[in-house]
Amino acid sequence: MVGVSLPATEFPDPWPGVKARWRRMVSVPSTAAVDAPGTRREWHLLDNAQDVAATGMEPVGTLFCIHGNPTWSYLWRTLLAEATSPATVAAGGPWRVVAVDQLDMGFSERTGTFRRLADRITDLGDLSDALELSGPVVSVGHDWGGIISLGWATRHRELLAGVVLTNTAVHPAGFSLPPALKLALHPAVHSWGTTATPAFLSITHGLAQPALSDDVRAAFMAPYASPSRRVGVGNFVADIPATESHPSWAALDAVSTDISTLEVPVLMFWGPKDPVFSDRYLRDLLTRMPQADVHRFEGASHLVQEDRDIAVPTFAWLAQRVSAHSTTENADRVQQDYVPMLSELDSRRADTSVAVVDMLPDGTATTSWTLSWAELARDVDDLAAGLRELGVRSGDRISLLVPPGIKLTTLIYACLRLGAIIVVADAGLGTRGLGRAIKGAGPNYLIGIDKALAGARLYNWPGIKIAAEDFNASTAAASKKLLNITATIPELMANGRALHLAGNRPSFTAPDPDSDAAVLFTSGSTGPAKGVMYTHRRLAAMRDTLKTTYSLKAGTALVAGFAPFALLGPALGATTVTPDMDVTAPSTLTAQALANAAVAIDATVVFASPAALVNVVATAAGLSPAQRKALTAVELVLSAGAPLAEQLLHQVQELAPNAALHTPYGMTEALPVTDIDLAGISAAGAGNGVCVGTPVSGASVAIAPINDDGAVRPEPTTEAEVSGEILVRAPHVKARYDRLWITEQHSTSIDGWHRSGDIGHLDAEGRLWVEGRMEHILCTTDGVRTPVAAEQAIELLGDVARAAVVGVGPAGTQSAVAIVETVPPVRSAGLAPASLAAAVRAAAKKTGLSLAAVVAIDAMPVDVRHNSKIDRAKLSRWAARMLSGGKPGRP
Amino acid sequence: MSGAEAIGRRILVTGASGLLGKAVAQLLHDRGHSVLTLQRRAVQQDWESMQGSMADPDVAARAVHGVDAVIHLAAKVSFTGEWSDFVATNIVGTRQLLTAAQRAGVRDFVFVSSPSVAHLGSSIVGAGAGAASPDFARGHYARSKAAAEEIALAQDSPAFRVTAIRPHVVWGPGDTQLVQRIVERSRAGRLPLLDGGRALIDTTYVDNAAEAIVRGLERMDYAHGQALVVTNGEPRPVGELIAGICAAAGVPAPAYSVPGWLARGAGTAIEKVWTAAGTRGWVHDEPPMTRFLAEQLSTAHWFDQRHTQAVLDWKPAVSLDEGLARLAEYYQHRDSPKF
Repeated sequence: MVGVSLPATEFPDPWPGVKARWRRMVSVPSTAAVDAPGTRREWHLLDNAQDVAATGMEPVGTLFCIHGNPTWSYLWRTLLAEATSPATVAAGGPWRVVAVDQLDMGFSERTGTFRRLADRITDLGDLSDALELSGPVVSVGHDWGGIISLGWATRHRELLAGVVLTNTAVHPAGFSLPPALKLALHPAVHSWGTTATPAFLSITHGLAQPALSDDVRAAFMAPYASPSRRVGVGNFVADIPATESHPSWAALDAVSTDISTLEVPVLMFWGPKDPVFSDRYLRDLLTRMPQADVHRFEGASHLVQEDRDIAVPTFAWLAQRVSAHSTTENADRVQQDYVPMLSELDSRRADTSVAVVDMLPDGTATTSWTLSWAELARDVDDLAAGLRELGVRSGDRISLLVPPGIKLTTLIYACLRLGAIIVVADAGLGTRGLGRAIKGAGPNYLIGIDKALAGARLYNWPGIKIAAEDFNASTAAASKKLLNITATIPELMANGRALHLAGNRPSFTAPDPDSDAAVLFTSGSTGPAKGVMYTHRRLAAMRDTLKTTYSLKAGTALVAGFAPFALLGPALGATTVTPDMDVTAPSTLTAQALANAAVAIDATVVFASPAALVNVVATAAGLSPAQRKALTAVELVLSAGAPLAEQLLHQVQELAPNAALHTPYGMTEALPVTDIDLAGISAAGAGNGVCVGTPVSGASVAIAPINDDGAVRPEPTTEAEVSGEILVRAPHVKARYDRLWITEQHSTSIDGWHRSGDIGHLDAEGRLWVEGRMEHILCTTDGVRTPVAAEQAIELLGDVARAAVVGVGPAGTQSAVAIVETVPPVRSAGLAPASLAAAVRAAAKKTGLSLAAVVAIDAMPVDVRHNSKIDRAKLSRWAARMLSGGKPGRP
Repeated sequence: MSGAEAIGRRILVTGASGLLGKAVAQLLHDRGHSVLTLQRRAVQQDWESMQGSMADPDVAARAVHGVDAVIHLAAKVSFTGEWSDFVATNIVGTRQLLTAAQRAGVRDFVFVSSPSVAHLGSSIVGAGAGAASPDFARGHYARSKAAAEEIALAQDSPAFRVTAIRPHVVWGPGDTQLVQRIVERSRAGRLPLLDGGRALIDTTYVDNAAEAIVRGLERMDYAHGQALVVTNGEPRPVGELIAGICAAAGVPAPAYSVPGWLARGAGTAIEKVWTAAGTRGWVHDEPPMTRFLAEQLSTAHWFDQRHTQAVLDWKPAVSLDEGLARLAEYYQHRDSPKF
């Protein structure tokens, strides 16, 4: 960093995180309507101009930061600090940051006037004129300050280079005020809560997650010590236009309309736990500024800049979006063969052969529901027309809470037809995880079965509600009202059919290949599930990869026991049957149900999850000769989701003796990446990790080597036996993470690659070995170690069912701890008995890993979706706690 | 590399009657140094030794005469006792030795300290050597050693180089402190585990500690002015360590566990009673539990050894398991156990 020393006579920091040299008073002539001509107003600012000068460089631009109510410029201190940090300077240069105390707020003048929204927008203009701010300027706002900063932005387009917003709202017509604000506005509460007492301040500060430290809380309170100092706080609340008759309504309406015409880059950082400026305002803002990059900090609240670090990512965003003038859009523009997802269906409009089959409970082939290709194509069009009639538009998000089968298939292809974005969060996330996922994706519509609609009602999931099934006639009205249902799928289908029978054959515009098509969710075994966005082109690429890798063709008959691939059946031109099973619990697939499904379509291919195959093998004894015979016709079994023990694969092979058994490796962000078959697994033998084979058609894999401190070097290599983060490149890799801008930056930070978060290595034959998750590595004094080899060695011990090896202590000097689930399980968790501990130590030692401790546990914490991924992060925290004297309890 | 030129130096080792002091003197002797030991009791050794108390300034002055380097291990080590006794031996004694050494033109001074000087009662999980805290360290021993370490390191200068080596929980064959107490109490059924013995504790096999201390002298170019924690770098649950020591000695391992919070509370009370009784001559042994001991046995303390190992250019040669094997051999070949 270029350095010029700052004045030696530096005053001590007035508040935590604030340099005395930042504080500044400015006298500004006022042109606000509320002031008499010639009035001057005294403003207090935090301004890092001295810090910028000390770098000896010209600032890239200025961040003009406007706080809300009842905070002050203190809110932006981390931006001031980061603006001249070595990292920011290296990324393109320092930024000037001017954080304003609005009049009657913070340490600015108490004017004795009642300043309305229009005055405040004028005030900001007066200030920026007096400061002679020159472009480029990025407006930054929070809470009610967001609206004022946007008002300033729409009037200073010649200076404006970008917009940053944190938990704010433009309070559009048609939206009611949040309940908490309504309460604050109530005459009985208003002046008591805002001015006479510091209640409004205390409540706002209390929203921080985690709680503010005492000194920071005191700093936020500092300018508002007495009722006379708090008049502005009360006036601010009173100026919120609750109705159209309010004097500030017109000003607000103008701002909320005008921002749609801003063409600058926009960044929104959001705390979804905000009880006032909740996700609905984020969704509203996104309709007005669809170009925005968004990051929702799961778990953060209203004071998002206190709850999370927004400063570092803000400057990273500025460097990328504002100062570089480069659009990272979009590698997708590279032209490649693109065949829309609906082509196969469209080409078979006259085909009366079977397309899709649902096996019904205790089903035989006679109790199943079947559609031909012609019927499926017609239903998809009719449903699409019905949805469009209801108001669904291209780009709308539709959450589908419907189990796999014909109904879901029809819905998915109808949405693709319309260009509506499907949001697929499965019940495997658990109710809480599912709710978080849905709120994160913010669907415009939510289509679900009764149970899902009840959940939506109970947990206040967003979106216009549509029932998947009709209600019976007697309860229809009551149920609809109770669950707030706008329509049902059968109704919409009927509407669409009526339209087409009336001769209005619907025409649909094919969606842009690079427009968004689907949001899928990660399993959430490592933190909150992440939304993963696919475009039409990338979904089509996923289909093409499966098709090429496994030689799937028209005429293939597919048993769909694994959801993500199963949805591709109609796009692949494969006849698809959904077996009778509870899809939320893969282990409910029995051998009989699988065989019945196979019989129904003379299946040639089976897609299943490992948990499902375990149960199939376990229940195989009851198969009839006819059922067994059907399975002998299967040519390919695909087990996706998690690795499968070789022994189990041999048992599956006995059931399907003519099938090639494949276990692809992949992730929600790229499905699949590599593939291996049973013979390949046998040939690979044992090693450090799980051998997952070679890249599938169109995909490439590389390794980013890892340093001793666990840091990844951004130098992709395909050299054998180098361990590091697994990198993936393929046409079917995700387009981006949804509303997780920071996460997306991380995952694409190695140019041209998706960082998988998995660790592994390639061998001399080019096969990939997966050693675990990046967050599961151990940074010991012997360097970086992955747990898989030791775990596999420990699991070979007779009395060990499952093992996990985790690190405790600081990175670089971590101690390795093995946690084992025994047969039979221990009754409560604690140190393993001496003999077991010795055996486990010896087994780990053979793989070169010395263990500090061996702990026996009654049951491992695992993810719900696969019931197989051990939550090692949780285990590590738990082990660290109990091995430092804490109570064992549950992980 | 200062190892070669260090051969043949005249080195004073204080506190050489203890397990670690003896091992240090032996190691220096084996490496061809001229060793002089100072201890309170008369001992029969292969090297020159003198008897006396460091509290006596004349003894200190005589001991450092003609000496190139000092390794200072002598200390009052006890869980109980009067504060004034700790001050006399650990603080005043160290200061007198430092003064005498400087006057006598001694070049290097290794102060053997303890990680407890920076242990404030909570868990230490993979931490480095914290600053010594005479005010907040736990117990008289740790506080007096902390004060002495501060005094010693403050003397560090190019002409008189001082390092502080802090071996953590030293044990080995012939250990009358930790090992023998564990064995005796376990045999008597008087040793409980705290919290199931789950706390991870790093220890130091005596040969490793001795080697590290000697390395401190040999690597004084890099080590001076610093405090370095020394351990085996092999944290283990304390219950497993105790069981391992018991197994080596052929006595049953502790069979019952009490909650750590209870032991910490009881330790405080027992300690007070024992101290009072001791001053009246009613008891002569160490109390069965003290607050310090309860904290040591119920909280994790293991350390980041990377810095220490880099500065000393040293790695422990004897692993924990090898040390336990040597301990077992020692107990098998002892003619007559003392207890």
